[in-house]
Amino acid sequence: MRTEDLIKALDADAGSKAMPLRSAWWLATAAAAVVAAAVFWLTIGPRLDIMIAMHTMRFLSKFVFTIVLAATAFALIRGLSTPGASTGRAAAWMVAAPLLVLVAVVLELFAVPEADWGTRLVGTNMMVCMTFIPLIGIGPLAIFLWMLRYGAPTRPVLAGAVAGLLAGGLAATFYAAHCFDDSPLFVATWYSIAITALAALGALGGRLFVRW
Amino acid sequence: MTGKDEAELSRLLRAAIGGDERAYADFLHRTAALVRGFVRRKIVKGGVDPEDVVQETLLAIHVKRHTWRQDAPVLPWVYAIARFKLIDAFRRRGRRIEIEIDEIAETFAEPEGETVSERDINRALDGLPPAQRSVVSSVSVEGRSIGETAAKFGISETAVRVSLHRGLAAIAKRFGAG
Repeated sequence: MRTEDLIKALDADAGSKAMPLRSAWWLATAAAAVVAAAVFWLTIGPRLDIMIAMHTMRFLSKFVFTIVLAATAFALIRGLSTPGASTGRAAAWMVAAPLLVLVAVVLELFAVPEADWGTRLVGTNMMVCMTFIPLIGIGPLAIFLWMLRYGAPTRPVLAGAVAGLLAGGLAATFYAAHCFDDSPLFVATWYSIAITALAALGALGGRLFVRW
Repeated sequence: MTGKDEAELSRLLRAAIGGDERAYADFLHRTAALVRGFVRRKIVKGGVDPEDVVQETLLAIHVKRHTWRQDAPVLPWVYAIARFKLIDAFRRRGRRIEIEIDEIAETFAEPEGETVSERDINRALDGLPPAQRSVVSSVSVEGRSIGETAAKFGISETAVRVSLHRGLAAIAKRFGAG
C-alpha cells in the first residue's frame, strides 16, 4: 500500500470521534474514585471516631499528603500521556508530597520524646495499611493503565509508575480515613511502602500493556 | 518555515477534527512529507525502511488524534509520535538507535517524495478479517469512496465506515504490539 492510499483510508475515516484525552482523564479519575470508595466502604470503612479525629492536626495532615500526591500525579500523567507535551514543571511538582511528609516528620521528631519514636513508627495498623492501600488502589490503577492505552505515552514505563502513584495517592486518601495511626512517622514509612508497591506494579503494567 | 508549518498544520488539524475532510487530507499530506524528511535524516544506516515508519506514524497520528490539545502546538506532537514510531521500528528489528530529544525542536524537515517497495502495512492488512480487509483495500488501494464501496459489497455506508474504522484501528494496534 502506498502512503497516498493510506491517506485516502485515513481521510475516509475522518468522521470517527473519540473523547479528547484531557476530558477522558477527568472522567477516568472520577470513575477510579468511585471504585476506590466502593472498595473502601465494603471492606474497612472510616474509623468510628472520625468526627473527633478531624479536629487533630495529625489526622488532617495525612489527607494533605495524599491529596497533594494524587493532584501532582494527575497533572504529570496527563502530560506523560500526550506526545510532545512538556512535563518538566509537573515532574518538579512531584517533590511536593514527599517534601511535606519530610517536614511533618521533622516536626514530629521535635514534638515527641525520643522514647516514643519507635512505637509511633510501628503503630498498630502496619499490616492493614500495607494490605488495604494496594487493595483499594488496584482498581484505580487498572483504570489508569487503560487510560494510558487510550492516550499515547512515549515513555510507557514512567507513565505506568506515575499511574501507580496516582492510584496510591487516591487509595491512601481513603485509607487515611480508616487508620488510627496518624503520626507522620507511620505515614512516612508504611504509606510510602504501600504506594511504592503500586508504582512498581504500574511501571510493570506500563511495560507490558501500554502499547500503541 | 517551521513557524508557518506550525500555524498551517494546527489550523488544518483543528478544522479536520471539526469535521472538514478536505482539511484532513491536506493535513495528512503535509505531515507525511515532514515526517518523511525527519525519518530519512534519522535513518542513516539501512535496516528500516523510512516509508514504513512514515505510514506507522500517520496511522498513530490518526488513531491518537484525540490526544492533541487544540490549544497546543501541533509540530512537537507530530514529531514526538514520529520519534516514538521510529524507535519502535528499530526495536522491532533488533537494532538500537540513539536520538537526542533536543534535536527534535530544531528539526527543519523538508518535504520529500515517497519511495515504493513492499510495505509492512500490507502484511498488517493481510492479517485483518476478510470483511475489514476488503473494505480497507477498497477505500485505500482501489481508491473508492465510502458510497462506492458500500455499493460494491452491497452493504450500508454505516457498515463500511465501521469496518474501515475497526480495520485501521486493528492495523495500528498490530504495529504497536510489535
